[in-house]
Amino acid sequence: MDKLVAFLGWIDDRFPLTKMWKEHLSEYYAPKNFNFWYFFGSLALLVFVLQIVTGIVLTMYYKPDGETAFFSVEYIMRDVNWGWFIRYMHSTGASAFFLVVYLHMFRGMMYGSYKKPRELLWIIGVMIYLALMAEAFFGYLLPWGQMSFWGAQVIVNLFAAVPFGIGEPLSEWIRGDFVISDATLNRFFAFHVIALPFVLAALIVVHVIALHETGSNNPDGIEIKKNKGPDGIPLDGIPFHPYYTVKDIVGVVVFFIFFFAIVFFAPEMGGYFIEHPNFEQADPLKTPDHIAPVWYFTPFYAMLRAVPPMFGSQFPGVIVMGAAIVVLFFLPWIDRSPVKSIRYRGNCFKIALGVFVVSFVVLGWLGVQPSTPGKTILAQIFTALYFAYFVALWFIPKIEKTKPVPERLTS
Amino acid sequence: MKKTILAFLMSMLPVLAMAAGGGMKNYAVDIDLNNKASLQNGAKLFVNYCLSCHSAQAMRYNRMAKDLGMTEEQVKNNLIFTADYSKKPEGETNKVGSLMEVAMWTKDAKSWFGTKVPDLSVVARARGADWLYTYLTTFYIDESRPFGVNNQRFPSVGMPHVMWELEGLKKAVYKTEKGADGKDHKVITGFETVVPGKMSKVEFDSAMRDLVNYMVYMGEPALLVRKTMGVWVLLFLVIFFFVAYALKKEYWKDIH
Repeated sequence: MDKLVAFLGWIDDRFPLTKMWKEHLSEYYAPKNFNFWYFFGSLALLVFVLQIVTGIVLTMYYKPDGETAFFSVEYIMRDVNWGWFIRYMHSTGASAFFLVVYLHMFRGMMYGSYKKPRELLWIIGVMIYLALMAEAFFGYLLPWGQMSFWGAQVIVNLFAAVPFGIGEPLSEWIRGDFVISDATLNRFFAFHVIALPFVLAALIVVHVIALHETGSNNPDGIEIKKNKGPDGIPLDGIPFHPYYTVKDIVGVVVFFIFFFAIVFFAPEMGGYFIEHPNFEQADPLKTPDHIAPVWYFTPFYAMLRAVPPMFGSQFPGVIVMGAAIVVLFFLPWIDRSPVKSIRYRGNCFKIALGVFVVSFVVLGWLGVQPSTPGKTILAQIFTALYFAYFVALWFIPKIEKTKPVPERLTS
Repeated sequence: MKKTILAFLMSMLPVLAMAAGGGMKNYAVDIDLNNKASLQNGAKLFVNYCLSCHSAQAMRYNRMAKDLGMTEEQVKNNLIFTADYSKKPEGETNKVGSLMEVAMWTKDAKSWFGTKVPDLSVVARARGADWLYTYLTTFYIDESRPFGVNNQRFPSVGMPHVMWELEGLKKAVYKTEKGADGKDHKVITGFETVVPGKMSKVEFDSAMRDLVNYMVYMGEPALLVRKTMGVWVLLFLVIFFFVAYALKKEYWKDIH
């Protein structure tokens, strides 16, 4: 034991191991009233690690080649020991990642976690979300099924909608060919397994550093650092380790129960996690009847389809779709209410947030449906409601009756 | 490319109309992956009737032997009819560890059927069991088609009725219905046997159920183990939940 302590001292003289342990775990003080919604940050990190580990194993057997990619996935599913298990964890993990991140973002919107002093933390988070979308998009091409191919075709064609003669060469530059092809598959593979995992990992580290600088928000939206004891420790704070580490273990187990129920009993999730047409090899000559992206992209896809082409160009739809994500970056400055948490905000905020969530879900549903004139009108209404939230958020503080925010956390 | 997107978006409309109008309901098929006899019979039908033109190049013969409770000897003697031409020009009978390659040359397929014949390894996952069963049982005489037969599930399909010897040949019975567009449409209401086959209708339907059963297995051999394994994994996690929860409670008892 003495030798171990001496060894730790030797390391600490050369690397701030104990200092980092204290700063980020044993002496990082988190509010003691975290509820259900606070599991999803650590779960997002867990899914990220899961995707990296399963991804490394899949990369050992997968062949990024137009001729062999499709059957190399089937080879993993059959001839690689436990290959099906690894592959299903990875495919389910992609959907789980988005689900967890969506709930994590909703938590932030509900409790005003994007507000001062956490604006940068929120912005880094939105950047992670963007990187995650890119990562998922590149990865979805790799199984080289029909939906991989045609989904990528549709998304890359969005870039072709850029006007002023830029679009066409831009989309060719992205594909490396005139259509989605072997060249595209190879570069998407490079992005999926090297570029974006690096970007994601770096952003996640920055996200956590920023979080530990400002400290966590909480369901009451009160800064616990305002009330410190004589020892300088927030009165309502508890050390992250061991309190939240043991609590998050419970969250992880519950998450795993749902996660592995899907992996073992419904890996296709009725065609939502793995789409049925993706069991047909990519065929550039055969357009599927109905092209739908995976569920996590469908809200934005519905917005794209909701906007009618103007001047013979689909570009306005692309703009609207992009704006739906870009607007999130400005959220900290759009919402000017001094009250953070939904608990002490007025009914107009609660209704607005509710409508926003409903429109996101309805748009997601519309995005998987083949479009009809009726559904297009629905999509237009809910796209408008999605953006209306941000407009409303600007005005709500002026008319809103907020409740008094207590000094200390309520339990 | 702008036009492509536009065209794509426009194309969504008729697709829906087609899906709503031209579709038929699939017959439900009750398959049982635990029924080894059914799977073996399905495998026999598959290598005898399907593998001549279709490949199943993700599947290995010896994997099938192991999963379906057959010896490699049995499979080698009864179920391998295809040859490998990659090494010798005169070919060499496939080994028991080989993939289920097709017996037909691709270039022949193109000239005989006008298209390459799809691989069937995972077709059950793309189409679903009910679709396959409906497809296999709804071939009917149609002299306008190159092979003299058409299919109700997949109209104008390029495939001949490969199992006509077993099923016999049947003709469609039509009735006239007014469509949504106000015009009269001929709708298939049933079939009538014209030339009896070696099997009765009941026997043939049961054989097709076995074949679909096998194809579902072939689409995902892990299906035989993953659900049983899942029960144990979930059981462990549920027990672990109580342990983890007790640990959390113990640590948190001084936090108020």
